[in-house]
Amino acid sequence: MDTQLALWEVFVQSKPGQPYKHAGSVHASDKQMALQNARDVYTRRGEASGLWVVRAADIAASDLADSDMFFEPANDKIYRHPTFYEIPAGAKNI
Amino acid sequence: MPTTTSAPDDFFTAKIKRGDNIEPRDPMPEEYRRHLIRQISQHAHSEIIGMQPEGNWITRAPSLRAKMILLAKIQDEGGHGLYLYSAAETLGVGREEMIEQLQTGKARYSSVFNYPALTWADIGAIGWLVDGAAIVNQVMLQRTSYGPYARAMVRICKEESFHQRQGYEIMAKMAAGTPEQRDMAQDALNRWWAPALMMFGPPDAESLHSKKAFLWKIKRESNDALRQKFIDKTVQQAEVIGLKIPDPELRLNAETGHYETSPLNWEEFHRVIDGYGPCNRQRLEHHRRVHEEGAWVREAAAAYAGKFN
Repeated sequence: MDTQLALWEVFVQSKPGQPYKHAGSVHASDKQMALQNARDVYTRRGEASGLWVVRAADIAASDLADSDMFFEPANDKIYRHPTFYEIPAGAKNI
Repeated sequence: MPTTTSAPDDFFTAKIKRGDNIEPRDPMPEEYRRHLIRQISQHAHSEIIGMQPEGNWITRAPSLRAKMILLAKIQDEGGHGLYLYSAAETLGVGREEMIEQLQTGKARYSSVFNYPALTWADIGAIGWLVDGAAIVNQVMLQRTSYGPYARAMVRICKEESFHQRQGYEIMAKMAAGTPEQRDMAQDALNRWWAPALMMFGPPDAESLHSKKAFLWKIKRESNDALRQKFIDKTVQQAEVIGLKIPDPELRLNAETGHYETSPLNWEEFHRVIDGYGPCNRQRLEHHRRVHEEGAWVREAAAAYAGKFN
């Protein structure tokens, strides 16, 4: 019998206001165990102001094989970048 | 979307060439995957088995300060094992499978952990030399091509420097202590020096797994180059605390700026790796016993998980 429990991905926020970054994973039976294991494994030196744990099975990720096609709609919209626009000479602070 | 059969290989080769990390869901040659599973799982096993020679001294640490430090260090080693098992799992191997390979002798761990920690000075020598050698290797591995492995190494290297410094502090204190303490420190250095140098693996000419590992950027520096780095650092540190490197042929080559040392006894290395070191049996028996004794915890956790899922 496999007794390794479910896989959870761990995200650590290093300071208040900072984004959560993926740190690694732990095995756990429920949210509380996942949080405690993540604390013990990934934050033994005060690395964290916040922790997220997410069941690995619940994460939806883009498909690598289709990534060119998937992200393609952004490629031909260069007018979304500020450098696309011509600004008259002499205009300041824009 | 039409893809040719060579597309995944091209994708992999191009990524390696550019110096990009390979990530878990990227296509990769089966041999690359197998090489990494072997290397990462054996690295994980080494962290876990490495807890034993030191755990032996927790109840006999000479002060409360020393005991707390040793406990924290051993907890770190357990944590390092977990980071590495997680990294290996991203390649599609299960934790139980890896543990079984360790316990049946199919997977190896670093030969250095088959030597006993005889005195308190050994705890100093292990931190200073064994963790010191591990750091040199792991600093290189921070740039290894497999993303999860490289990221685990960054984390481990940050934590490992405390390990080396606490060991060196023990050695420095004992070297400056009573004549008996000094002798103990020197004796520990005498016994751990060669096993620590062997941690970098066989000489380049005989290294089994190196060629592909370089091609795939898993490995960035050769065994001998890493070993030399470690020797050059450590000789000076021994001098500072007044201990003698146990090698009559040790000398500084003024031209190269590197220390030269006697050849190592590779027969011993292979004998220990093959299971005939002083503590191989004890290490595996201990691991099996603790794993079996903990079975009820895993079963209870699984039963609890079953209630909610």
